[in-house]
Amino acid sequence: MNKTTEELLRLISDFDGELTGAYNIRVDGECDSRQSTEHVRIESKIMEPGIDIFISAEAQGETVFIPACVSHGGVNDLVYNDFHIEAGADVIIVAGCGVHNDGHEDAQHNGIHRFFVGKNAHVLYKEKHIGTGDGNGERKINPVTDCYLEDGAVLEMDTIQLSGVDTTDRKTSATLGSNAKFIVRERLTTDGDETADTDFVVTLNGENSGVDLVSRSVARGNSHQFYKSTIIGNNRCTGHSECDAILSEQGTVIALPALEANHIDAELVHEAAIGKIAGEQILKLRTLGLTEEEAEERIIAGFLK
Amino acid sequence: MLKLEHLAWTLPTGEEIIKDIDLTIPDNKLVVITGPNGGGKTTTAKMIAGIVTPDSGRIILDGEDITDCDITERARKGIAFAFQQPVRFKGLTVRDMLEMASGKNLAEESACGYLSNVGLCASEYIDREMDTSLSGGEIKRIEIATALARNAKLSIFDEPEAGIDLWSFARLVETFEDLKKNHNGTLLIISHQERILSIADEIVVVADGNILQHGPREEVLPTLLAGTMMPCCPLGGKGGMFNE
Repeated sequence: MNKTTEELLRLISDFDGELTGAYNIRVDGECDSRQSTEHVRIESKIMEPGIDIFISAEAQGETVFIPACVSHGGVNDLVYNDFHIEAGADVIIVAGCGVHNDGHEDAQHNGIHRFFVGKNAHVLYKEKHIGTGDGNGERKINPVTDCYLEDGAVLEMDTIQLSGVDTTDRKTSATLGSNAKFIVRERLTTDGDETADTDFVVTLNGENSGVDLVSRSVARGNSHQFYKSTIIGNNRCTGHSECDAILSEQGTVIALPALEANHIDAELVHEAAIGKIAGEQILKLRTLGLTEEEAEERIIAGFLK
Repeated sequence: MLKLEHLAWTLPTGEEIIKDIDLTIPDNKLVVITGPNGGGKTTTAKMIAGIVTPDSGRIILDGEDITDCDITERARKGIAFAFQQPVRFKGLTVRDMLEMASGKNLAEESACGYLSNVGLCASEYIDREMDTSLSGGEIKRIEIATALARNAKLSIFDEPEAGIDLWSFARLVETFEDLKKNHNGTLLIISHQERILSIADEIVVVADGNILQHGPREEVLPTLLAGTMMPCCPLGGKGGMFNE
């Protein structure tokens, strides 16, 4: 593993030179290293690139690391990772992707993740995306996350795009059984000429299922973001979607929320707010002794925290 | 010592909001500015903090002309400001605000000191976001606590009583009294409340962009209560400003 990869891993998964527990590190389209544990078994797929991660019910509080890195241009990585989480398991899954490009060709990672979450299992899924390097070639990350939650399952998804990703197409879908909960916290930053497309589709099939989806983003420079969310309520359920975006310089954002209630007891709510930082907020922090630039940075950092 | 020398400020529409404010505020005193709505109290306070720039006149703080200093510079020179209508922040917590105000990381017990001054429990509020989950009264009290946390040479409070409950207000009055006793800087409070006026060292009455009266509380307050100060008595009509 070279220094560039180590640095990417540090940025996306707090890697400090050594991982413990179960992990699979993918670098430039190949498996760099892997370790299974008593309760987490990781196996290569046979017919397509990627891995199956089998998490047993005995896994309680364990952390599984599945990061991927692209360290140079000319790589177009495609990977299929399936997570099979047994009923009652309780795990943290740290994924994320870093793409470094100092060259003229594009560097791209396409990660297709599927989560099969068993009854009453609990999963905290954390992913960070970042692009680094100063080559002319683009840094592209296109994650697809499909989640299937059985009765009583809970999946918390904490997803962050830090910086430096030229284009991203983020697609997330979830289908929920009875009493299942899907909680998403997305934070996204774009700058320069970057573009980011986000598309959530959540189908609430089970009685008392629920989704809480909060997306906060900052669009700086000439960047553009397109946010779309669809919550479909097919039973007695609750759905909440919130999209807040801060615009800076020439940044632009389109938000397209959609709610589809197909049951009399489906309670679905959407909130959206897009705009620049309020002048009063800057003013307040300046009265505390911050400069205008410091105030803006603190407001954005807090907003994306 | 703060000196305001013949301050004037006119709206782009031509309406004169501040005509001539000439005032000296001594150190370590509690000075209350009162007067009718729209008379220029808040604008005067905002000129001191650098939020509004006067068209003419000078602002002198401890012998230094700060008229051309911006908001940040004035804050760093020791001026704190609590807004009448506080702003909310998504993502920033009460702790973030207090730490920015005090300029240091705060343990819960330190934050407790600031928040208890306004009747709030630190353990309950310290990690709350400064967003719409807080009521108007809560966010107002946090605004005041933030100004107190600055431990500034000059602390300005714009209508601190507005929007907070009676119990919190009583606690706040005690805090102002303590600060006054301990000579912890100058307090400049814009208020219509008799309880705040009654603890002032000095009272300034501002109306129609001018100073109508300025003097020790013992001199000014009786005339306010009697309602004899202004010809049309915008402070309360017949019988004085507090006799409704």
